Amino acid sequence: MLFLLGTWLPMMGQKVAEVSADDLLARVQVNNDTTYVINFWATWCGPCVDELPVFESEELHAGDVALKVLLVSLDFKSHKETKLLPFLRSRSVEAEVVLLDERNPNVWIDRIDEAWSGAIPATLVIKNGVSVFYEGELDLQHLQSLIATINHQKSSL
Amino acid sequence: MKQVILLLFGLMVSLNASQGQVKVGDKAPGFSLMNTDYQIVSLSDYKQQDGVILIFTCNHCPYAKFYEERINQLHRKYAPQSFPVVSINPNDSVKYEVDGFSYMVKKGYDFPYLLDNKGVYKAYGATKTPHVFLLNNTDEGFRVAYIGAIDDSPQDADEVEEKYLEAAIEAVQQGKNVNPSLTKAIGCSIKPFVL
Repeated sequence: MLFLLGTWLPMMGQKVAEVSADDLLARVQVNNDTTYVINFWATWCGPCVDELPVFESEELHAGDVALKVLLVSLDFKSHKETKLLPFLRSRSVEAEVVLLDERNPNVWIDRIDEAWSGAIPATLVIKNGVSVFYEGELDLQHLQSLIATINHQKSSL
Repeated sequence: MKQVILLLFGLMVSLNASQGQVKVGDKAPGFSLMNTDYQIVSLSDYKQQDGVILIFTCNHCPYAKFYEERINQLHRKYAPQSFPVVSINPNDSVKYEVDGFSYMVKKGYDFPYLLDNKGVYKAYGATKTPHVFLLNNTDEGFRVAYIGAIDDSPQDADEVEEKYLEAAIEAVQQGKNVNPSLTKAIGCSIKPFVL
């Protein structure tokens, strides 16, 4: 019985939708009270994996800001079943993960943010169409400061 | 306030990063770095060539691996046309052991594979691997003619539709404007030596 549970439980990981850059932007470029934190990462990217706990930390979600974290995986589609899903299960990642389904980076990178060179990790924080972008590894304090800035910007407009 | 200061600091850092990147038309920063045969290779060693395909790359990054064979092919095709490849690994092996020098030696490339422990990546403003800088040898020395991606299909060489780098080389060879002269690609952020 324990053995059965052991094999069954890890299979309850999240499903991962495949989205285009259009899908992604349509979802976060909206007018509502939600602050979207969109992190571009991949299982093969060491610094990305290192910073993942920041996006799931209780401290991050403890504030009074309505927050939606989207982890946008740049893993290769052919590795979805063999690497991405097992990784999410083994780490019990709870934040929503989507897999970006795009071909030519030269076309879609600028659409996310023109300041992005294409290196990952990279994070976009967006609320009501106002965004801040950060290329590089974030710690909790730095991410909180990006979120605070977006929310202050909104109130000062 | 503290948060605003932190953000400003972050903005300054990113501004510095973008200001640090050489632009198309700029003079190419010189370098002298150790090759996998323990000889020092300098940009000035190439002054008899028409140009240099300078590629920041590494061993661990999946995107760099995707391009290994395509970079070999570029050298085979363009070295005889006086546009040889010079590759530079800007990563310290502290983060990824396979980026270490002995692993670079094992690659056995036909072109230099230099260890950047002097911050050359910063002089160019390379942020990731792979990151390409095409250098055109002009009357005024090496100038940057193109920055960015090798082509438009990192994951599958069979699905390449636009060979950005080859188009840039051919434009330079024909004395035409390079267009596009700047492209973007996903890559692994550089984990440099702390100087």
